[in-house]
Amino acid sequence: MTRKQKRLTVIAGGVGFILVAVLLVMFAFSQSIAYFYMPSDLAKTNVAPGTRIRLGGLVEAGSVVRGEGSTVSFKVTDGGGSVPVSYTGILPDLFREGQGVVTEGTFDTAHAFKADSVLAKHDENYMPREVADRLKEQGVWKDPKEATR
Amino acid sequence: MIIEIGHYALVLALATALIASILPVIGARRGDTALMDLAPLATITLFCLVAFSFSVLTWAYAVSDFSLLNVWENSHSLMPMVYKITGVWGNHEGSMMLWLLTLTLFSALVAIFGRNLPDTLKANVLTVQAWITVAFLLFILFTSNPFMRLDPAPAEGQDLNPVLQDFGLAIHPPLLYLGYVGFSVCFSFAVAALIEGRIDAAWARWVRPWTLAAWTFLTAGIAMGSYWAYYELGWGGWWFWDPVENASFMPWLAGTALLHSALVMEKREALKIWTVLLAIMTFSLSLLGTFLVRSGVLTSVHAFATDPSRGIFILAILSFFIGGAFVLFAWRAPQLKSGGLFAPISREGALVLNNLILTVSTATVLTGTLYPLVLETLTGEKISVGAPFFNLSFGLLMIPLLLAVPFGPLLAWKRGDLLGALQRIYVVAGMALVAGFAFFYAQNGGPVLAALGLALGFYLIFGSLTDLWYRANFGKLAFKIAFARFKGLPRSAFGSALAHMGLGVTVLGIVAVTTFETEHVLEMKPGMRAEAGGYSLVFDGLREAIGPNFTEERGHFTVSRNGAVVADVWSSKRIYTARRMPTTEAGILTFGASQLYVSLGDPMTDGGIVVRIWWKPWILFIWGGAVVMMIGGFVSLSDRRLRVGAPSRRAKPVKLAMEPAE
Repeated sequence: MTRKQKRLTVIAGGVGFILVAVLLVMFAFSQSIAYFYMPSDLAKTNVAPGTRIRLGGLVEAGSVVRGEGSTVSFKVTDGGGSVPVSYTGILPDLFREGQGVVTEGTFDTAHAFKADSVLAKHDENYMPREVADRLKEQGVWKDPKEATR
Repeated sequence: MIIEIGHYALVLALATALIASILPVIGARRGDTALMDLAPLATITLFCLVAFSFSVLTWAYAVSDFSLLNVWENSHSLMPMVYKITGVWGNHEGSMMLWLLTLTLFSALVAIFGRNLPDTLKANVLTVQAWITVAFLLFILFTSNPFMRLDPAPAEGQDLNPVLQDFGLAIHPPLLYLGYVGFSVCFSFAVAALIEGRIDAAWARWVRPWTLAAWTFLTAGIAMGSYWAYYELGWGGWWFWDPVENASFMPWLAGTALLHSALVMEKREALKIWTVLLAIMTFSLSLLGTFLVRSGVLTSVHAFATDPSRGIFILAILSFFIGGAFVLFAWRAPQLKSGGLFAPISREGALVLNNLILTVSTATVLTGTLYPLVLETLTGEKISVGAPFFNLSFGLLMIPLLLAVPFGPLLAWKRGDLLGALQRIYVVAGMALVAGFAFFYAQNGGPVLAALGLALGFYLIFGSLTDLWYRANFGKLAFKIAFARFKGLPRSAFGSALAHMGLGVTVLGIVAVTTFETEHVLEMKPGMRAEAGGYSLVFDGLREAIGPNFTEERGHFTVSRNGAVVADVWSSKRIYTARRMPTTEAGILTFGASQLYVSLGDPMTDGGIVVRIWWKPWILFIWGGAVVMMIGGFVSLSDRRLRVGAPSRRAKPVKLAMEPAE
């Protein structure tokens, strides 16, 4: 092979690899992105059953019911609506009524939300950022840190 | 009073850093040795000032001086001493101080060990280090000053975040920063080379030890962080593809690529421009990581109290250094002469493939990490990109790389013999497949992919030994002679073999855990029994206990196998008194490389409690592999030829294998 041909082979190989990687990334995105919704969004738009979403808001006071074994059901609210959620597993340490929460999962055909993960982070004042932003817009909630400063 | 002296030392450090960032570079331009000699002196002074300031802060924490805002917010007089001290960097301000301390430490090390560097290069490198130092000193002094006073001083502190009250905090951040910030040296060398407009193989030889050291520490830091998250958070996961984890993983990937491309440059004078670019990118990713973690654009364990001015400040630092370096690169790089031709099938070709895959996968991780941020800024839509994305894209991209790893060392420089390498590899591949399927059957089946995955791990381990085997010429020479040759192999050969072997060990752990892990979530009452991984656990009940700054409910489990009691394990839920914050302390039992992981959930009204039990086969291999990689890094670092100060600019012919006297 001449110098030029060698160089061309290398470049073609590299470009081909990058192309494959880009396609792979696009495919992976289409498979695994979850959009974020709050209960008031769900009142307006319809999410098809089986589509993976993140649902965020506040855990409605008095809505937490522990069922059989480790199944827990509760309602997520943001003032503009409230969505019942069921979850099987151990809830995070900071899961409490009236606190912010983000759950990830799908609606089943009967429009019940089944969460397979419930997120809560590691700060007693923690409010998931997506939830905090929206609640502030709606005036339901104030950042305690901003309030004290 | 001492606090004010510490604060003042930091201001003095800024002044020193300003001097170090202006005068030496002028000296280097004019060939003025006196100005250039200022650089090492100023750099070491800078380190002493920052170290003093840092010790003052540590002292304030040790004696619980709550008149400092930072100490009051993050410490408590009842905490054990070790957490008081590690608490120094368990918050934003202190963490930035540790960043700065590490940065000045590396600058000082370059000043001390770089005596043999040409004067101008040394002056330029130290100048660039000083620029970074100035930026971070300004950041600390103006937005994150740990020396703010409170008046009147409160009597008691607000306690350290309980999740951070763990020995992991003593090890994880310092190691991670030694890695993260260590790459600044590579960056400075790259920028200095661009300023001088001259670069050669000797440059690569000077940069490689620093890259290797930073890489080794970063490997250790990431592994430690992963293990810490695994045992502390009580979720049983060891990697979440959390943006903050990605922030440390991207420099690691780029640093790994840099390590390999610097090798090509040192040995063959090829890939010069690429190596310089990679050095810039690696540290840029470290800076980006600092921005992601510190600015509060992301919520995670690592994002402490957030303040928008900080984010903007770090973003400014980020754009200045990354933008500046790339502009300089675009301007100067065409002047750098490239050299060293090679055939696509050769050692260089293999290393180029390594670089291609590593950089593309870095880009993949970067895309997945930043896409939600970008989309939200542009359209306001909020999305999350989770583990499935990374597993699919990054995971698939890694497979060709892992397959290629054992080939590289078997190919000759310039023009390699693929067929010859294949002949050497196929035995290894066969052995690996046999081993993979043997373990697969021992585990009583599972997906066939698991067997192939295990075989891939074994293939990497055996493959790393193959290179040493052929270099020592075992099998052809008499054993005694071959063994003598084996002992005489350069340390760096052992280093790279160990690093590749560690990669294989980690792959084994990942495959075993992802495919053979079992998980049970169940409600248990005292006396109830559960099975996991061939062990049976009996729940004996809950008991209250009181720690120095927490109260806890401890669940006790008796573990038996085939009817005989083998161990017992406690798992607990703690409430930290000062913050009223609950945490889960998982109970972990180790059997060989596998672990039984028990974590408690919520108590039920009828006296039972939700318990989550995992059987994690071979999980310790994940971090064990990282330890082997780290050992490989240190073995390589101890190679004579890599000693930092030793090489001179005239590249002397290096004796490859040191033959024993016969």
